[in-house]
Amino acid sequence: MHVGLFIPCYVNHLYPQTAIAALELLENQGIQVSYPADQTCCGQVHANAGMEKDALSVYAHFVKVFENFDCIVSPSGSCTAQVQHQYAALPQTPAVQKVRERTMDLSTFLQNIIKTPRIEALFPHKVALHTGCHGLRSLGLDPRPLLANVEGLELISLQFPDECCGFGGTYAITKPELSAKMGRDKLADCLDKGAEYICSTDQSCLMHLEGLIKRQKLPLKVIHLAELLTAKP
Amino acid sequence: MKSHAQLARDFLADENRADWHNETIYTFRQKRDTTVASIPEWELMRQAASDIKDHVLANLDQYLEQFEANATANGVQVHWAADALEHNRIVHQILQENRISRVVKSKSMLTEECKLNEYLEARDIEVVDTDLGERIIQLKKEMPSHLIAPAVHLKREEVSKLFHQHLHTEKGNADPTYLTRAARAHLREKFLEAEAGITGVNFGVAESGGVVIVTNEGNADLGVNLAKVQIHCMGIEKIIPRLEDLGIFLRLITPGAAGQRTAIYNAHYHKPRTGTSMHIILVDNGRTEQLGRADFRNSLKCIRCAACLNTCPVYRRSGGHSYHATIPGPIGAILMPGKDLEAYGDLPFASTLCGACSDVCPVKIDIHQQLYRWRQIILEKQHRLSPKKLLLKSSLPFFRRASSLETAGKFMRQLLRLIPRQSFLHQKSIWGLHRDLPDAPKQSFAAWYQQNKAHDKQR
Repeated sequence: MHVGLFIPCYVNHLYPQTAIAALELLENQGIQVSYPADQTCCGQVHANAGMEKDALSVYAHFVKVFENFDCIVSPSGSCTAQVQHQYAALPQTPAVQKVRERTMDLSTFLQNIIKTPRIEALFPHKVALHTGCHGLRSLGLDPRPLLANVEGLELISLQFPDECCGFGGTYAITKPELSAKMGRDKLADCLDKGAEYICSTDQSCLMHLEGLIKRQKLPLKVIHLAELLTAKP
Repeated sequence: MKSHAQLARDFLADENRADWHNETIYTFRQKRDTTVASIPEWELMRQAASDIKDHVLANLDQYLEQFEANATANGVQVHWAADALEHNRIVHQILQENRISRVVKSKSMLTEECKLNEYLEARDIEVVDTDLGERIIQLKKEMPSHLIAPAVHLKREEVSKLFHQHLHTEKGNADPTYLTRAARAHLREKFLEAEAGITGVNFGVAESGGVVIVTNEGNADLGVNLAKVQIHCMGIEKIIPRLEDLGIFLRLITPGAAGQRTAIYNAHYHKPRTGTSMHIILVDNGRTEQLGRADFRNSLKCIRCAACLNTCPVYRRSGGHSYHATIPGPIGAILMPGKDLEAYGDLPFASTLCGACSDVCPVKIDIHQQLYRWRQIILEKQHRLSPKKLLLKSSLPFFRRASSLETAGKFMRQLLRLIPRQSFLHQKSIWGLHRDLPDAPKQSFAAWYQQNKAHDKQR
C-alpha cells in the first residue's frame, strides 16, 4: 500500500511538528508513505467563504496530485471532510471519485485500515479530547480507542464534549467576538474538569485555542492527536 | 440595520447575561438529548418524517386541494393568501364581517411573519397574545427571540418589572408562580371578552381537512372554544397526508424544544361548533418560491421545534434578536435569505458550519449544507469587492502552485518573527484582539521533508 500524506496548508507552514508526527506514526505501521511536494490546499477556506466556484481549480489540483495513491491520509478531519464531501462539486470523473473515496483522516486510517496500529507513546497527563466538528459530525470520528494505547494518559470527560470551539475558518476573523467567546468557553470546560492538555483531531481548532490560552496565560496546553500518539518521554 | 455580527457583539458585551442565556438554552438541549436517547426508534421516526415531508412537498398542489375540499365539506371556510398582506386583509375582513374588535391569538410564527398584530391594531382591533411568553414580549413590544420560548431572553426580574407596569403586580415580586398566576388572571378576562380566536397551525391533515395545534398552555383551545369565530392561519407547507402520519410528528416536535415527550395539548379542529364559524387561511408568502429552489426546498420540511436553535453554539451566545428576523437561529438563517437576500444575506455566515443543527433536526433538514449553499449565492451576487473577497480572490493562484505557496509561507513566517509582539498585528488585529498569533517555526514541513526524507525516498 502506498499512502499519500496530505498535510493541510496551514499545518505545513505553521505546525510542521504535527506533520512530522503524522508521518512518523504512519511509517511506524510499516507502510510506504510519501509526501507529494506539489500539494497545496483542499480549498475549504475559499469554499466556505462562498467562493466554491473559484476553489474548483484548487480542488482539481488536489485530485491531480493525489490520484495515484492507494490511500490519502491527513491529520485533519476538517480537510478530509472537505475532500470527501465538497468535492462533489467537481465533475465526477473516475479520478475524482477515487480521491474522494480514498481520502481519510489519520485516526480513521489507523482504526479502519490498519485496525491494530502500532502505537508506542507515553504521555502521563490529563487530556481533554476535542474532536473537530467536521470530523465529529461529517466523518463520525471517535479516536478514543487510539488514546487507550497511550501509556499514562488520563482522558478527561468534558461537560460540553461536542461543542464547537468557535474557530470555523474565516469565522474566526469575521466574527472575532463570538469566535473567541466560544473558544474561551471550551477552555473553561477543560480547566473545570482538571485537564492539563487539550487534544484535537484538527490543528486549526488548536491554533485558535492556543492563541486564546497564551493571551490569557491559562495553565493549559494544546496537542494534536498525531503528536500525542507519538509522544515520547 | 445592524448585521448579525454587530448585534451578536452587542449581546456579548454583557458577558454574564450571554452566559446565562447560553446555559439556559443548553439545558433545553440536554433535556432533548436525554429524551431522544430513551427513544430507540428515534432515527426511524426521523427518516419517516423526512420522507413524508419530501413526499408532501413533491405533491403539495394535490394535497392542498384535497385538504381544501375536505375542510370545505366539513363546513370550514377556506381562504388562500398569496402573501402576508393578503393574509392580514382576509383576517381583518372576517373580523369586520362579524363586527369583532377584540381578538385573542395563540402562538403563531406565521402571524409574526405576516405582522398581523400591527395590521389589526392599526385598524382599531385589540389583539391579545395568550401564550405566556408571547404576551410578555407583546407587552414589551419585542419580537420573539426563540421559536418555542419567545421570551427566553428575559429574566424573571424583567418580567416582574413589566407586569408591575402593565398588570399592576407587586413591585419587586419576581416569584414565577406569582407572576404566572397574575398573567393567568389577566388573560382570563381577555379570553372572556374576545369574540374571535386566532391560532397558528402545526399540522393540516389532507385526508380529513382538520388542523392540529400543539400547545402546553391550552390557550389556543380556550381562545377557540370561547369565541364565536375561530381563525386558523396556516403555512401551506404544514400539510401532512393522513391522520396516520400525525403520530410520529407529534412525537418528533416536542423533544427538540425542551425534551418533552409529548405536548400537554394536541388539539384537533375539524368543523365549527353550532352557531360559530371556522376559517382556515392557507398562506404562501414566499413558500412556493422556496419550493422552486431545489437546493433549499427541504427547508420547508421544518416543523418549528427549535432543536436547531437550542443546539447552536452561535445562537446560544448571540441571542435570538441578533438574527433580526422572524425566524431566528440556524433554520432562520436558511429560510430568511429566501424571503429577502439583501436584508438577510448576513445570516448564512452566522455559523461556524459545525453541523450540530443538522444532527438534531427531527425532519432531517441539511441545515449546515444549506448555509453553505446560500454563501455561494450571496458571494456570487456580491458585485462589490469586499476586503474578504479581494483577499481570497488574490490568494487563489498561490493555492494552485506549491512553490508559490512555499514562498508565501516563508514570507509569512518572517513577518511573524519580525513584527514585535506589542504591535497592532499582534494586539489589535481581528485575530490579535483576542488571541496570540502562532509562533513561527523555522521551516515548513515541506522544507523539512525535502531535507530529511526526500532523498531516502528517491533511493
